[in-house]
Amino acid sequence: MRPANLLRWESMLAVVLVVEFIVFSTISPYFLSVDTLSDATFNFTERAIVALPLALLIIAGEIDISVAAIIALASVAMGLGSAQGMGTAGIAAVGLGTGLLAGCINGALVTLGRVPSIVATIGTMTLFRGAAYAVLGDRVLKDYPESFAIFGQGYFAGPISIELALFALFAISFGVFLHRTRWGRTIFAIGANPVASRFAGVAVNRYRFALFALTGLFSGLAAILLTSRLGSTRPSIAQGWELEIISMVILGGVSVWGGKGSILGVVLAAVVFGLVTFGLGLMNIPGIVMSIFTGTLLILVVAVPALVNRR
Amino acid sequence: MSSHRRDLAFAALTLALFLAVTFVFPGFAAPRNLAGLLDDTAILIMLALGQMLVILVRGIDLSIAANLALCGMIAAVFDRAWPGMGAGPVLALTLVCGGALGAFNGLLVWKLRLPPIVVTLGTMSIFRGAIYLLSKGAWVNENEMSRGFLAFPRIEFLGLTLLSWLALAVAAVFVIAMRRSRVARDLYAAGGNPEAANYLGIDAGRMQFIAYTICGAIAGVCGYLWVARFAVAYTDIALGFELSVIAACLIGGVAIAGGVGSAVGVVLGCLFIGIIRSSLPLVGISAFWQMFINGVVILVAVLLSARQREFKRTILEVRA
Amino acid sequence: MEHLLLTLTDIRKSFGGVRALERASLDLARGAVTALIGENGAGKSTLVKILSGIYQPDGGEIRFDGAAVRIADPQAARALGIGVVHQECLAFDNLSVAENLFVNCQPARRGLVNWGAMRAQATAVLRDLDADFDADLPAGRLSIAQKHVMQIARALAHESRVLIFDEPTASLSQRECVELFRIVRKLRDAGCALLFISHKFEEIFALADRYAVFRDGVSVSAGNVSDVTGDALIRLMVGRPVDQLFPKIETTAGAELLRVERLSRAGEFEDISFALRGGEILGIYGLVGAGRTELAQVLFGINAADSGNITSKADIALVPEDRQTQGSILPFSIAANIALPNLATLAPRGWCRSHDEAKLARHWIERLAIKAQGPAQPVHNLSGGNQQKVVIAKWLARRPGVLILDEPTKGIDVAAKAAVHAVTSEFARDGGGVLMISSDLPEILGMSDRVLVMRRGCLRGEFIRGQATSENLLRAASDA
Repeated sequence: MRPANLLRWESMLAVVLVVEFIVFSTISPYFLSVDTLSDATFNFTERAIVALPLALLIIAGEIDISVAAIIALASVAMGLGSAQGMGTAGIAAVGLGTGLLAGCINGALVTLGRVPSIVATIGTMTLFRGAAYAVLGDRVLKDYPESFAIFGQGYFAGPISIELALFALFAISFGVFLHRTRWGRTIFAIGANPVASRFAGVAVNRYRFALFALTGLFSGLAAILLTSRLGSTRPSIAQGWELEIISMVILGGVSVWGGKGSILGVVLAAVVFGLVTFGLGLMNIPGIVMSIFTGTLLILVVAVPALVNRR
Repeated sequence: MSSHRRDLAFAALTLALFLAVTFVFPGFAAPRNLAGLLDDTAILIMLALGQMLVILVRGIDLSIAANLALCGMIAAVFDRAWPGMGAGPVLALTLVCGGALGAFNGLLVWKLRLPPIVVTLGTMSIFRGAIYLLSKGAWVNENEMSRGFLAFPRIEFLGLTLLSWLALAVAAVFVIAMRRSRVARDLYAAGGNPEAANYLGIDAGRMQFIAYTICGAIAGVCGYLWVARFAVAYTDIALGFELSVIAACLIGGVAIAGGVGSAVGVVLGCLFIGIIRSSLPLVGISAFWQMFINGVVILVAVLLSARQREFKRTILEVRA
Repeated sequence: MEHLLLTLTDIRKSFGGVRALERASLDLARGAVTALIGENGAGKSTLVKILSGIYQPDGGEIRFDGAAVRIADPQAARALGIGVVHQECLAFDNLSVAENLFVNCQPARRGLVNWGAMRAQATAVLRDLDADFDADLPAGRLSIAQKHVMQIARALAHESRVLIFDEPTASLSQRECVELFRIVRKLRDAGCALLFISHKFEEIFALADRYAVFRDGVSVSAGNVSDVTGDALIRLMVGRPVDQLFPKIETTAGAELLRVERLSRAGEFEDISFALRGGEILGIYGLVGAGRTELAQVLFGINAADSGNITSKADIALVPEDRQTQGSILPFSIAANIALPNLATLAPRGWCRSHDEAKLARHWIERLAIKAQGPAQPVHNLSGGNQQKVVIAKWLARRPGVLILDEPTKGIDVAAKAAVHAVTSEFARDGGGVLMISSDLPEILGMSDRVLVMRRGCLRGEFIRGQATSENLLRAASDA
């Protein structure tokens, strides 16, 4: 699925990326140093790892706004596990397992419960984040074993963090899966026309369930990385991340209506987005003002093509 | 009609909940406490009625709480700059501002046909961020607010606050208007079958615009009421409240697919959630459970509603 | 005396690049029923939508009662006194029947909706139509046929000087048709100008005073019904003699491929039993709402039956009724569409190769004479007939044993129709079994070896080729 306008979108993102580099390195001489850039990647790797399966889900015509809540829930679960004395491997398993379970709940609601994904994930978003608050209240969990820190704070080779390496690995895997295999083709078909796909013999609900479960699993992974990097858990962890992750996906050229998009676009968008937020952070702009930027960007990205098409 | 039956059943459920709580805590039914319950739930009622309009036409408004917060801050800043104007101008100002913010949502959904979830997810952050810009991160405290500003919602009349009366009035208007006003009936038609509505001369997109504008206007006024009632304005007020509003609508029988919902049901939904919220401290459950309970309410409501919506072409005739 | 109430002259309308109406003219006389005749795609429904204010013509003139008018929107049409019964089912399931009749024009008192008057007026109209449902019922509980009656009631609920009926009898029973005709005659005698769109000649000759024929968006003929014969009308509609259309190839019946025993699905069909053999074309006839599509979907596997058995050793394929929403993915290329149900054979270990997909598509483009620029062309650019060929191709590529076709030639041009029939016949000749659902009597009679007739979810008759005639099929499909 490589129509001309998508290539144009990815090229545009690449151009924006280059412009960012130029602008930021002009503002700050330290920007182009390897250490700074390596630090900058942490601004997007965790979110981007969730953006990958979420892109598949949106291409399939669904949406999941509970991803940030799943991260919070998984983080809380890991904190509790750690408090019970679990080792790093056990804690990581808890994180992944919680994410997977949460994703399956979403999948079941949509496929078995026949609930539209928008409202199902509004419900689970409230449920999962609510569970995190109910369990922790205003406490903070900080007792993680030392070896746990490697996920979020460790380095794979030189300046490349484990987070970045994982992201690169998954980006390539998802890219190949979506664009080269028949299951990826089917995902595009489901998003473009789920009825026709069903009439073509596709087990549409099975795909949907699997994609929700996958998104949950990767939210759990992101929780491992984030919690490991911060070294602590509070119920407000990853607050507002659903907006940023969805924005990354939409900015990457994935259509909100389903059926169109590319992993390359999402990867470029993630880097563009991450660098901008990193740069804004360097300029000491508070997070809440950054969210104006994210919200405006999200609306612009869907509005501008709609405006153009109206003519 | 089955929607009346549903409202009746839900009213019975709400009453049963109320009686259960009162059975364990007799003080719950004391008039003073009931008045307090209504006062606590008043803003939720008004917001939920506005949200109902949006959901009726197949939309959703996640930015409703951010709208409220922004207009509340606008009200506070206005009052700080021109104290002594009283509540009147503030009410007018927030009504207009809230309406404009809602209209912005509505325009994007109507003219550009953007999906409501994406639009309101975006505007939710933009509005919240705008609060920060307006207040530069600072709070507006009670001592900066004028007497008239603060007093308005608290004025008591026949045992209920003006805020409660306002909610009752808005509810009454909605109950009557949803049944008798042609615009409201057009909303139901547009939500039930937008294509057919277009064939019959109703612009379904324009109905969505109207719904978002009214919802925004209500949110704006509630912003002032919230700030005056809690006597403080800052960036994070009503954070996450949109989920309580949506929960109240859904449990109150508003169908997420559009075209179905009653004002009575929504008010009952708000009372249901309000009773749960007030009884939490009595039972010893921390307020931190509120969000989780909202989540359960939303999921139960949508699961039940999805089962009802099973569409079947009936070949075999329905005898009247 | 003849007084022309509504005249349309040289109306033009295009959508994108597609010319729906080229030079359409029509005269509606007061106190007369005018039948508008034409094949699917001739532009009849487009004309109706222009008259009801939903579309605006690109050119031409409309005169109402002598004065030039512009029908800007549905309210303007209503204000002029034009009432329409659309072909599409415009029902609001969430509203009552009474409210359905008065959407956007509720009777009001002092600006507020007057429910009492609405109910009373609705009840009166329904009684006039001898409808068997109440005005208070939520419309969602009506059957398809009842919803169509409700739409007729909607048009009759307002004072109209012009009434347009777009294929109103498609899903009505015999009894309901009789009622409708009685009302149409009553309205005509009261001075209304009536436009009646139908492809059933029995209705036209029974009801209409005048006729107008459209072909490919152009008015080709008009006149009095008494001056014309059925064959002449067909010639005008089609532009060529009809017998070229059904190249039936004689086949010998083979082994049993599909056996259905007492199949039932609540609310859709019950107690269906039949068998299909290789080389056989089994036609299934019935009115809209008879349950044939639902049966097909259960046989294919979209839905499950509640009781009964389906025994089949063969792979069953379904070419669905709606080629645009169910049959194909419009924004995708021909190659992508054909590949979708064949991915398991094209990419057995998962890796897709667009080279192979293109090759498969090119094979079928040639085999079915699909008029396209190439395998990469998006399907939405193709004409209706070519789109349908793509849908058929994607299933034929799977080499199924049984092919179910649901209204395969609805809305496609005559040449494509012939091609579809040819392919179907060849499929049967090569040993496949065909289940052909159709509402087109000539098609069913021309293609089938046997015909099953369904009515309201039940099997009402079985006819062998030669025994089957238009009369006995239609009689079995309607109320006795």
